[in-house]
Amino acid sequence: MLKIENLRVSVDGREILKGLSLEIPAGEVHAIMGPNGSGKSTLSYILSGREGYEITGGSVTYDGKDLLAMAPEERAAAGIFLAFQYPVEIPGVPNATFLRTAVNAVRRGRGEKDLDAIQFMRAVKDKSKKLGITDEMMKRAVNVGFSGGEKKRNEILQMAMLEPKLAILDETDSGLDIDALRVVAEGVNMLRDPARSMLVITHYQRLLQYIVPDRVHVLAHGLIRRSGGPELAHELEQTGYAEFAEGQAA
Amino acid sequence: MSTVTEISPGWLTALREAGKAGFTGLPTQRQEAWKYTGLNKLRALTFEPTPAVGEASAKLADLGAVAAAHRLVFVNGRYAAEHSDIGKLPAGVVLGSLADMLDRQPALLEARLGKALDVTHKPMAALNTAWTLDGLVLIVPRGVALGGNIEVVFASVGEAPVAHPRLLVELGDMAEAVLVERHLGGAAGGFTNQAAEIVLGSGANFRHYVQHAESKAAFAVETVTAVLARDAVYKAFALNAGGGLVRREVEVQLTQPGGFAQVDGAYLVDGDRHTDTTVLIDHRADHCSSRQTQKGVIDDDGRAVYQGKILVRPDAQKTDGYQLSQTLLLSPQAEIDVKPELEIHADDVKCSHGATVGRLDADALFFLRARGIPEAEARALLIQGFIGGALDEIDRDDVREAFGLAAANWLTGRSAPKGEIS
Repeated sequence: MLKIENLRVSVDGREILKGLSLEIPAGEVHAIMGPNGSGKSTLSYILSGREGYEITGGSVTYDGKDLLAMAPEERAAAGIFLAFQYPVEIPGVPNATFLRTAVNAVRRGRGEKDLDAIQFMRAVKDKSKKLGITDEMMKRAVNVGFSGGEKKRNEILQMAMLEPKLAILDETDSGLDIDALRVVAEGVNMLRDPARSMLVITHYQRLLQYIVPDRVHVLAHGLIRRSGGPELAHELEQTGYAEFAEGQAA
Repeated sequence: MSTVTEISPGWLTALREAGKAGFTGLPTQRQEAWKYTGLNKLRALTFEPTPAVGEASAKLADLGAVAAAHRLVFVNGRYAAEHSDIGKLPAGVVLGSLADMLDRQPALLEARLGKALDVTHKPMAALNTAWTLDGLVLIVPRGVALGGNIEVVFASVGEAPVAHPRLLVELGDMAEAVLVERHLGGAAGGFTNQAAEIVLGSGANFRHYVQHAESKAAFAVETVTAVLARDAVYKAFALNAGGGLVRREVEVQLTQPGGFAQVDGAYLVDGDRHTDTTVLIDHRADHCSSRQTQKGVIDDDGRAVYQGKILVRPDAQKTDGYQLSQTLLLSPQAEIDVKPELEIHADDVKCSHGATVGRLDADALFFLRARGIPEAEARALLIQGFIGGALDEIDRDDVREAFGLAAANWLTGRSAPKGEIS
């Protein structure tokens, strides 16, 4: 599904990812854990196509294609979805309008027909209900005046509607209390599917109690330093990231 | 001109002479109120109104942007009865053409025309007064709420017509009316110099929506003065998505306590178009409030000017004044000149103003693209959202929808504003 090989990325001349390699087979959920500043968010932005990064080496292959050559919207149509750490507010654009525009854009990109207003309403109704997203939230401008939990649930609703093949969840747990976290995690778990891979990026092990990964990787100083099963997350909870401090052997 | 004066009553001749005396030439950029808007392109024009076109030759499209209870169409400044449709009016309401009324009810106009406009300090209003032939008259007596929209369309057709249409609105105490004013046409250029005088009695409520959708060859200048009595409400919104040079000057005089003025607008400027919105809210009495919200998008070599002044006179205690200007610049050459001004001579007032100028939010753009929305569509959605925030100030659903559609058409069509007439 996704194969990252020797990826090197710089921002303003500073190397953030230093030859990172990672492979996620179809249907698997992988977690990337790591200290702040280790390059976790950079990786999520590189995969979704944000500008402002210099790729100095390596490759990313997605579904057999060169992912790095694709525009962000092409990646979305091809099934990549990034749940943002800080969901963006868009004043003046109603949430429902935005979501329908996105769904139809992705459908067009996949060679499918647009959903009309009624088909869209029908499709969104069930999914929004499960995530506790009210009609009123669909009418409001995207994320404007939403609480932290509402913003993250809104991200998961977008994910449910766009039906990605690879979902990247960037610190989806940040800023959430335990109740909000549970709702979001349940939403994610509903979307687990043998045909859907996920990359869960987090600083804390807490999220991984609810979204149990197949594999856990530790990212520190721009490289994957260790990989293991779900038990690695528990171990890190005990020991912290001290052993991955700069200068320590990987 | 001579044909006009010959049949004019003495008071009208005197009014026109005052207009002529007040017009000492086109304003120049040395005058503070015209600092950012040059009228050099108009200097080659004569100001004499273009002769009337034959009724059949005026082919008009795009009438009826809103559902209107009454529609009055003016072609090159003259009332076009064949395109107009005035519905049933409540007793005492006067609605019709100024030229007709000069013929039939001159006394009605003698008491009103020119009373609220200052032709000594407003050269373009003076020019209008000297040359106006026709326009809209609306007089609503005390206590009458006129339901539905009055749509008035000013259309320019043929070779660069020159017109000086006039608007005269008087609402008695507790009277209500909604006017939707639209400017169309001008494919071959033309100059429309409008003047409007609006007098609102105690507790009267007048909503005034203006749409500029002329071709980019057209010049339009309008000078609006509204005079409000106690507790009167004047709400104006102008959508400017057409015209090569559009200057809109609005003065609201809050002469008695409790008045409320809202002067809002949205401008969409592309090509080498130029738009100027100059507003003066004159707080002359206590406990009045005013709101100004201007939002605009400027692309290409477009330029917009917004001068908004809140004047609080010594007696205007407890004034609540607010002004906001927000602009999106879409190209490196796009230019906005914002001049917010507060002049306060009272000591117990609340006045604020703010201005922002920015570009499209890169984070928002990436977010939309990451959700599969192609870049051009994502940009349009963000611009539409921005303008939507301005249109939200319109509290009539049908007008807001019509203006929203016009804004959306601008976004998709750009150089071909709807309302262009062949």
